[in-house]
Amino acid sequence: MSVAERTGPQPLLRVRGMSKRYGRRIGCADVDFDLYPGEVIGVVGESGSGKTTLLNCLSAQLEPSAGSLVYDTRERGPVAVFDLSEAERRRLLRTDWGLVRQNPREGLRMSVSAGANVGERLMAVGARNYGQIRGTAEHWLAQLEIAADRIDDRPGTFSGGMQQRLQIARNLVTRPRLVFMDEPTGGLDVSVQARLLDLLRRLVGDLDLACVLVTHDLGVVRLLAHRLLVMQQGHVVEQGLTDQVLDDPQHPYTQMLVSSILPV
Amino acid sequence: MNTKAAGYNYAYLDEQTKRMIRRAILKAVAIPGYQVPFGSREMPMPYGWGTGGVQVTAALIGPLDVLKVIDQGADDTTNAVSIRKFFAAVAEVATTTATERATIVQTRHRIPETPLREGQILVLQVPIPEPLRWLEPREAETRKMHALEEYGAMHVSLYEDLARHGRIAKTYDYPVLVEGRYLMRPSPIPKFDNPKLDRSPALMLFGAGRERRIYALPPHTRVESLAFEDHPFEVETWEARCRLCGAEDSYLDEVIVDDAGGRMFVCSDTDYCNRRQAAQGKPNPEMLGGKA
Repeated sequence: MSVAERTGPQPLLRVRGMSKRYGRRIGCADVDFDLYPGEVIGVVGESGSGKTTLLNCLSAQLEPSAGSLVYDTRERGPVAVFDLSEAERRRLLRTDWGLVRQNPREGLRMSVSAGANVGERLMAVGARNYGQIRGTAEHWLAQLEIAADRIDDRPGTFSGGMQQRLQIARNLVTRPRLVFMDEPTGGLDVSVQARLLDLLRRLVGDLDLACVLVTHDLGVVRLLAHRLLVMQQGHVVEQGLTDQVLDDPQHPYTQMLVSSILPV
Repeated sequence: MNTKAAGYNYAYLDEQTKRMIRRAILKAVAIPGYQVPFGSREMPMPYGWGTGGVQVTAALIGPLDVLKVIDQGADDTTNAVSIRKFFAAVAEVATTTATERATIVQTRHRIPETPLREGQILVLQVPIPEPLRWLEPREAETRKMHALEEYGAMHVSLYEDLARHGRIAKTYDYPVLVEGRYLMRPSPIPKFDNPKLDRSPALMLFGAGRERRIYALPPHTRVESLAFEDHPFEVETWEARCRLCGAEDSYLDEVIVDDAGGRMFVCSDTDYCNRRQAAQGKPNPEMLGGKA
């Protein structure tokens, strides 16, 4: 979706001066950006550049040392996320937000079936009709191209790519408006990665999802992200439209990053 | 004081400890279904034998009380007999097997068939008090889940049962919601007994000795067994009736009677069964071998 097609002037997420310090060391510092509904923003940088710290702060997993995070809620309009009570924050994370982790084992319940994994968020918000929960689970498994007859299998019997798709299904079941993804394609082989990316691109478009996508893989952001933040040692050194940043990098670090891609 | 108990305070525990436990009980009664931590003491019996229940009973009991102790519904099993003797020795109380005569009933794994009445106290022994333990191993996290009423995950386990077995396969320690607020483990009673928890006229106290928790259902508390709208809560039923007393409405145990696969079903509540037999003019049930 291009800038001109944005549905409204109101950003979904407004980040200002977001910083996280671990004692004297910096996790991330002075990060500013707006995320609009339906927009995918990519955060790239090498290991240790503060990508995951930033994601944890944005998704309210970690309290930042400074800065503000304002989210445009469905019911109450823009609210400062860290002024919400813990109960409200946890509820937000279970309903209007999604969090896809790099390792699907961390984001899934490995001891219960795929159907129960997808249905968990529904039950958490009060769904109490088994038939309906199962029907919704079937729908989302189909959306993520998981065969219907795997609904009663445990995630441990799934391949890595399927586990990742199951984790995404589990997050999308409450129809969130904002999804945080931490290296969603990490650890998958390239053909599986390609399929997952195709699927993600379709879902993001169909569902009008806003996405914060953290990755070190520039190919992934090239395909999915509308805009990019390039991070180095906790600071955002460059940001802009994805094609612009990747094709005409201005900052020396970005230039180095872009030129490090192995040509096939 | 009885010579057997010489050197011990009344009801074994010292008065300070009893006051501490009573405070925990009062708090538990004030917040139905909430697990109140308490300073559980070493008791002269191993964990798993009812140390939580014994401490609750010891904190409550007085010389005018009449105590009944049951284990799996029976008054004559080792655990029941030893706890009954213990309190007869250290608290000099009258004991009984008749449910309606008792003022305090300490129990493990059953609620008596004879309906409890106002003024009676049922003390249940609890091995694991935390209903969310299966889903969440961290204590700090389960407390947070209770505080924020995040109980959706409990339904995940019921969903899993339905998906795997076509029915909710949990038959004992079936989770309940107390007054629409706290999720509670009713201790390992069969789900057959869950309806007896709902709006019971008797006070019910739950003691977990090893886990150091006390929780309570005050009289007439609303207790709802978890279920799905399209798969409602159901209790066990039997094809058979009790071989000894013919009861159709009680919880039955299956007893193997020979090496050739012979079996019979008998009431698990021995007091209920014995008195039904007596009313039918049957000979002393002990002569029939009673219950295994």
